[in-house]
Amino acid sequence: MSTSRIIDGVPVQEHYRDVDHQFVSAKEGIWLFMVTEILMFGGLFVGYAIYHMKYPEMFAEGARFLDWRLGFVNTLVLIFSSFTMALGIYFCQMNQMKKAVWALAVTVLCGAIFMVIKYFEYTHKFHMGIFPGNMLNLPFLNEHLASIGEKPVVSSNLGLYFGFYFCMSGLHGIHVLLGMGLITWCLFRCARGDFKPNYYTAVEGVGIFWHIVDLIWIFLFPLLYLVG
Amino acid sequence: MANNHSEHHITPLSTYLKVAGALFILTFLTIGFHSIRQYLGPLAPIIAFLIAGVKAFLVLAWFMHLKYDRPSNRIIFASGFFFLLLLFLISVMDIYSRIQVNSVL
Repeated sequence: MSTSRIIDGVPVQEHYRDVDHQFVSAKEGIWLFMVTEILMFGGLFVGYAIYHMKYPEMFAEGARFLDWRLGFVNTLVLIFSSFTMALGIYFCQMNQMKKAVWALAVTVLCGAIFMVIKYFEYTHKFHMGIFPGNMLNLPFLNEHLASIGEKPVVSSNLGLYFGFYFCMSGLHGIHVLLGMGLITWCLFRCARGDFKPNYYTAVEGVGIFWHIVDLIWIFLFPLLYLVG
Repeated sequence: MANNHSEHHITPLSTYLKVAGALFILTFLTIGFHSIRQYLGPLAPIIAFLIAGVKAFLVLAWFMHLKYDRPSNRIIFASGFFFLLLLFLISVMDIYSRIQVNSVL
């Protein structure tokens, strides 16, 4: 076991001066992690922007398969979950742990609602033969479009658009799932009484992660659903 | 407050409510502009991303507490966007400065 000592009722690792030093260092680590997140998603955004400039008609054709109303509802759900996450930290700071547990529970629930909507969006596309990249079944998709009286897809490289769509929204979805798991962990620790107004580092860190997931969606929503 | 350290800034509940309200209004505004996009033409995507930028700022400053955080964390985060910009600029310069070679021997 690492050696830690108790300062102000908080276990402090021996390489830290005090409670604040430990808190600030942990948070700085989280911010460094957030930079890697921005760079990871940023690479996909840059790729999307460049291919959008190269094949604007194909991207417009792809975007017509997305329902902005579902993206809109998901945006509202994620913003609300960010709000309840911030409340979770606020209640920890105010030493109202019961309320904090509730706020975290609502946050996890919002994440679940987001994923259910995503599930319906994905399965709807799979049924039409829409898959990422080479797996997209264009003849099958055009057959389906003809059967419901819509005009067929002209772009033969539509799979490129959906490669971006599934990679970006899928990677974001994985982050939502991970975030839900981490918030649940915080929720249990909070209910167990681990946290105090001067010690809630885990909630703060997970909160920053959850907000970055929301932040990425704030840009993904107009990129995928509105501009196309 | 029992523990009033400078590192544990407590944002009042009313501020969180205002920020959340602003985020909801901006999302509705995005959809409002989307519904009249045929009149906006090339401005439509610019407006959509401007609104997204304002929303991102609200989340970063208040929800993620960067407004009250140390400057070092703000610099760390901004550095991410700086390198993203470099990636974008260099990639675009590469792709749009290529010379099309169509001749076949």
